[in-house]
Amino acid sequence: MSGRGGLARLVMGDVNADRVVPPTGFTVRLTIFTSAVMAFLAVFAMALSISSGRVADRWSQALARTATVRISAPQEQMATQTAAALEALRQTAGIEQVRPLDSADHMNLLRPWFGDAVPIDALPLPQLIEVVVAENGFDAQALRLRLSAEAPGAVLDDHTRWRAPLVRAAERLRLLGIISVGLIAAASAAMIVLSANSALAANAQVISALRLIGARDTYIARAFVRRFTSRAFQGALIGAALATLGVALLPATDAAGSFLSGLGFQGVEWLLPLSVPPAAAIVAFWATRIAAFHVLRGMM
Amino acid sequence: MIELKNVSYSYGGSDLLHEISLQLAPGSFHFLTGPSGAGKSTFLKLCYAELVPSSGDVALFGKSVRSMSRDDVAHTRRRIGVVHQNCQFLDHMPLDENVLMPLTVSNKDSEEEKQHLAELLDWVGLSDRAQSLPPSLSGGERQRAALARAVIMSPEIVLADEPTGNVDWDMSLRLLQLLTELNRLGKTVLVATHDLNLIRAAKSQVSARVLRIADCRLNYAGSDL
Repeated sequence: MSGRGGLARLVMGDVNADRVVPPTGFTVRLTIFTSAVMAFLAVFAMALSISSGRVADRWSQALARTATVRISAPQEQMATQTAAALEALRQTAGIEQVRPLDSADHMNLLRPWFGDAVPIDALPLPQLIEVVVAENGFDAQALRLRLSAEAPGAVLDDHTRWRAPLVRAAERLRLLGIISVGLIAAASAAMIVLSANSALAANAQVISALRLIGARDTYIARAFVRRFTSRAFQGALIGAALATLGVALLPATDAAGSFLSGLGFQGVEWLLPLSVPPAAAIVAFWATRIAAFHVLRGMM
Repeated sequence: MIELKNVSYSYGGSDLLHEISLQLAPGSFHFLTGPSGAGKSTFLKLCYAELVPSSGDVALFGKSVRSMSRDDVAHTRRRIGVVHQNCQFLDHMPLDENVLMPLTVSNKDSEEEKQHLAELLDWVGLSDRAQSLPPSLSGGERQRAALARAVIMSPEIVLADEPTGNVDWDMSLRLLQLLTELNRLGKTVLVATHDLNLIRAAKSQVSARVLRIADCRLNYAGSDL
């Protein structure tokens, strides 16, 4: 049985081959249950991986497209240096928008730490300028040089040092998700191999009877392959459906806060859980096939 | 059809069969006898490639079992009907489907062949048990069902290992009658049995050669039974 041909026959159906394996209720339920659990975990791992990737992209883009200029200068030079810095920023290619923060903005920034009774005007606060960067970015090194010449108290923070670890963490989370999906597939295959071996051992008499009357290994293996592939598919269908429902019921972005922002699927990503049951069936097909032929080769 | 050339078979370091040679001619009827544990079942297993000799060679339909692939063995077994003392059936499937199974595994279970099934069940007297599950059958019914299953593919050879071991004398004679009928139809038949009365009873029905295994060797028993 070639792999492709075997799969085709599996899809087309071979009821006689399937029927030679006695129905065994307990192993059926066990295989379906395990497959459902694996599919459930796989869908969550996929959601985690995809969400991590999306969060990494969003953090990266959000931080990459903003920068801050902080001007610390004596009070009498503050206005001059701020004007010079604004002028330099407006003339820099790749910068879309600049906005000096006013007292109200400062108040908003400090309120979480000091409350409403902060004497803003009495504090020697630096002047902050919010910079919105164009998609293609800007030459930060050249801007720093120009600012050091025209506004010596200005310091450009392009958020690189904040962005890198955040993106790295999100990328690793995404990788963990992908590895988890792979491990779940491997664990599913191992589970199917164990179940198939157990079923083959329990049905040694059936196999012996079939060999005696001239059944080829292909025929016998197909009976077990079809049985286990079908069980794995059914279980994965249940598990994937429940997990998809679980992801859909995750708290909304607003309610969950920024940390959970975007966790789950979006748009066409909701179709991804549909790939889990066929993938589970393919894993079961190959795992059972390999196990069955391994056991059958040990028999005359 | 079946040829054994200097075949020895060892298990656990000791010989069960030693340098046995035999050729089963088409259409012949042989009894294989000998005490329990003499190696009759081992001999039969060598004849349908369930065992491979430790030395020497077994040729089935002109092909050495040593050069056969697993698929070759399966195809060869379709040409050899085997009846065991402890018949192995698929206990969850009814008798008629069990008897039909050799055709099913060979993808030959057409409607025409299913007609043949009805005739076959009638021949072995099991038409009324067609839908019964094997565990509900008596010893004699199981043996007859095994015989029906063994011949549904119209094999050239029928091997029977103690077919009357679990049945009474009347049923033994009935099974013997079925085997001799098969021989008259041109099948080569080899029956392993320790029951010398069965062999004596067969003398009036068929011209059979009697082989005896003793001390790991095969001899013709001649007419001294």
